[in-house]
Amino acid sequence: MELISQHAKKIMEGCKERARDAGLTFQDESLEYIVTNRDMLELGPKNMIPTLYDYWVQDVEILKETGRYELYPSNPYETVINTRPPISFYNDNNPDWLNVMIFYHVIGHIDFFQNNIYFRHTWDYDFSSKAISDKRLIAMLRSEKGHWVDYVIEFAKAVDNLVGYYETLAGYARPDGRRITMLDYYFDVFLQKHQKKSISGYVKEIEDYNKKIKENPEKGEQLFLETVKSKYTELESYYKKHVAQDAGRSRMDILQFLIEHSPFLKKEENRWMATVIEVIRTTSLYFQPQIRTKILNEGWASYWHEELFLRDDRIKGHEVEFAIINAKVTSMPRVGLNPYALGMRLFYYLEEKANKGKFDLEFSRLYDSYARSKYDLQKNKGRDYIFYVRENFADSMFVNSFIDQDFVDKHKLFVVGKKLNKERMTWQYYVKSREADEYRKMVAEQLYHPPSVTVDVTEAGTLVLDHKFENKPLLREFVDGSLMGVEFLWGGPVALYSSEPIPIKVDETPSLAGPEEKMRKQYVWKRFKYTMKGRKLSRELAE
Amino acid sequence: MKKLRELYVSCKARGLTKEQDEMIRRELVAAEKAGDVDLYHNLQPPIRPLSMYGYNDYQMLHGGAAPEPTPISSVHSLDYLLEKDSQREKDGFPRKIRIGKLVKPGRDGDEKVVVVPTTVEEKLIHDKVRLDEEEEGEGEGGSDGGSGEGEEGEVIGEQPVRQEDGAGTGAGQGDAASHEIESNAYDLGRVLTEQFALPNLRDKGKKRSLTRYTWDLTDKNRGFGQVLDKKATLRRIIQTNIGLKRISGQGRIDTTDLLMSPRDRVYRILSREKDYESQAVVFFVRDYSGSMSGKPTELVVNQHVLIYSWLIFQYEKQVETRFVLHDTEAKEVDDFNTYYNSKVAGGTQVSAAYKLVNKIVEDESLEKDYNIYIFHGTDGDDWDTRGDEAIPELKKMLGYAARIGVTIAENGYGISGKTEVETYLRKSGLLEEWRNNLRLDVLSKDATETRLIDGIKKLIA
Repeated sequence: MELISQHAKKIMEGCKERARDAGLTFQDESLEYIVTNRDMLELGPKNMIPTLYDYWVQDVEILKETGRYELYPSNPYETVINTRPPISFYNDNNPDWLNVMIFYHVIGHIDFFQNNIYFRHTWDYDFSSKAISDKRLIAMLRSEKGHWVDYVIEFAKAVDNLVGYYETLAGYARPDGRRITMLDYYFDVFLQKHQKKSISGYVKEIEDYNKKIKENPEKGEQLFLETVKSKYTELESYYKKHVAQDAGRSRMDILQFLIEHSPFLKKEENRWMATVIEVIRTTSLYFQPQIRTKILNEGWASYWHEELFLRDDRIKGHEVEFAIINAKVTSMPRVGLNPYALGMRLFYYLEEKANKGKFDLEFSRLYDSYARSKYDLQKNKGRDYIFYVRENFADSMFVNSFIDQDFVDKHKLFVVGKKLNKERMTWQYYVKSREADEYRKMVAEQLYHPPSVTVDVTEAGTLVLDHKFENKPLLREFVDGSLMGVEFLWGGPVALYSSEPIPIKVDETPSLAGPEEKMRKQYVWKRFKYTMKGRKLSRELAE
Repeated sequence: MKKLRELYVSCKARGLTKEQDEMIRRELVAAEKAGDVDLYHNLQPPIRPLSMYGYNDYQMLHGGAAPEPTPISSVHSLDYLLEKDSQREKDGFPRKIRIGKLVKPGRDGDEKVVVVPTTVEEKLIHDKVRLDEEEEGEGEGGSDGGSGEGEEGEVIGEQPVRQEDGAGTGAGQGDAASHEIESNAYDLGRVLTEQFALPNLRDKGKKRSLTRYTWDLTDKNRGFGQVLDKKATLRRIIQTNIGLKRISGQGRIDTTDLLMSPRDRVYRILSREKDYESQAVVFFVRDYSGSMSGKPTELVVNQHVLIYSWLIFQYEKQVETRFVLHDTEAKEVDDFNTYYNSKVAGGTQVSAAYKLVNKIVEDESLEKDYNIYIFHGTDGDDWDTRGDEAIPELKKMLGYAARIGVTIAENGYGISGKTEVETYLRKSGLLEEWRNNLRLDVLSKDATETRLIDGIKKLIA
């Protein structure tokens, strides 16, 4: 790998200036490298980070397997990596105008990395230098412990998608370590979770509280708490338990928990394993935000390369060439979901909406479609609004908040269905729905979503993993291998609770649609307990 | 088609049960209906990213497909990885390296198969609710995003059905193109032998010595010999003259001025060369009738890829292979690719294939010089329901073959364990009588790769 030429670097600096004028913020320095195909082959398995630790799986071709993108979510061929300074990669034969376009795209990514709050845990250090020290550490351990290092890496990686990413972020949000007050607990958790109050009941409680404060501004809160405490005697013990949990183990992810509490890792001769696990954990945490902001990140970079390129005076005369490449990047495919195109369109859409003041309450009350389309308060706050979105949103929020019927109609979006035509033996793709709700659901369904698993220990010393039920089962083929790794690191039996769909027989009543129309099979969710003991997996009904 | 009909009538005249009749009719209909026939079992989907996470900057902006990392470019050699994998077993963990294959679609359907080791990192991840695997896609199956014109319910495009988890992965770009099946098959065979501890074949009934000698003009000799090697001679002359300082670096060389010693003449001389002789010929026989469409074909060709690779390794590339496809008639095809990729069609008559194998062996008198192995893959349907024609042919084959391995990959239409071929094979008693020479392996429709390899052990051990 070599740096780009001085000529190209000068162009890049010019791009940075123009991007700053447009309002993007990012650090001054950046590194640009020329890569060959061979470099790409070697960088690919290391997520484009040359200093990432070595691991044999990187050496084996990784084919498409079940859930590949769930396993390797961080995009290996990203052209920019979020380091300090940020590093980006280029072909050596790009013409200048193409480089300008890519530079702007890259600057969009850098701006996103350095301003989106989902990346805030990566802001304080340079990952590539941390990675090289990790790499040396692992190489050193490998020379002492041999292939056992690889086992530890493998077993830690078996659960590294379950790292407590949001918990880590939460730590950054509240640096003072403030704990939840009893009052907050009462309203935020207790009433909703334990009492399951209806909305009117909940409002009544609030009114009650407000009345008490009004009557007695000084002691109203205390009085209120006294009454609820006498009303719900269990409140206090629940609150204490919640605080204890908050501070303790329930907030830990599996890897953290193993490092802190595993009797096996606590043994003197096994302490080194904990350092390896910590490397895997921090590496995984570092990559987490990338996968959760794919649509936003690519949309934002595409928005800016288009905006800035067309305004750039240096590349006049290359508009047509630009248009061809840009169309390839940002066109909506007939079938498929292009995050560049979707994200960019959403940013343009939001900008326009904010410019016209369409986020006002008044607009949302308007049902006349003609009036809606003509609505324009000329607020011109669009840019501010999309900068706000770039800073505070992740894909799931972005998609769920902003895909509405106007957007779907505007870009003629639809959900594609696939059905088997037995006559022609073909899969037929058809327009399944043009409803915004369906489209949003479809996009949300495609987003990365690792299982949520909590950790606990029984008195007998069994590690208990509890998979939160979200209408999705776990991939059963992988349970065996994953749990075997956890058992090794824990040094004792491991149990996993998870729900699975069990088909139930439906009475075969002849349906009106005829025999051709097969009834969809029905199922019920049952909770199962997997136990890994002595490298043997067993499964039983947990209820 | 007319011929098929006639055959059906003659079959019927001999008496068929209801199920047998149904089976034959099904294939007949499939054969007559053109829509079903032009079905490649491993047709690739149009190239587009698997999910929205498949889109990436490199591909989108630099206009190139991201290169697929292959083991050829990897830091460690295949041997190193395999050693590592066998170490796992010693340490009490299951092995992790598996065999995968890449099918690279080429123009004019000349697809290339590349075999590679693969591994998968197991993690706790979400799965879809899979209950309707058979009818996947009929209900909710795989919704995706789209844009453009079209009313709700309107069909906007179609794509031929292919196996859901077909042949490995999508297009292997770049490097994959340069690997032919043979060179890769050798590697795969080595992997198989080491990894799965497949038993080595015994050299049963070796009829001739493995090596023989031929005489050829391959050695070189200075001073005398049969044929003068002009180029090498000239080189020696130049060397001599440089040594004598008659040639200097600069200037033209005056050839008339060169001195020449008798020992400068280099000749080719007749010498004894070892010549290897193939000692095995292997027939791969595959049913490609209509009912084989989809999973059964996939299973059979997968198993045959594995056997083929393993034999190539076992015999150091000296095994000769012949490929026979059959429906109601049999034909021989030239190479593995054709064998692997041929489309399914027509009805089934196992005897046709056996007849052809017998004919080839007889015509070329292979029996005398070779160990003969025959591997036959079918879904077990046969219009010749009692094996009246197949069994005599099979007996003939047993007369010379060192091993016949029959794989039945059930197509799921009939009752498991009750296919025609299985029934008449078992009934004939040949399986017991020729226990050493005839093996049968029955695969269910959802057999995994591990199962395939177990099957190979059964066929070969």
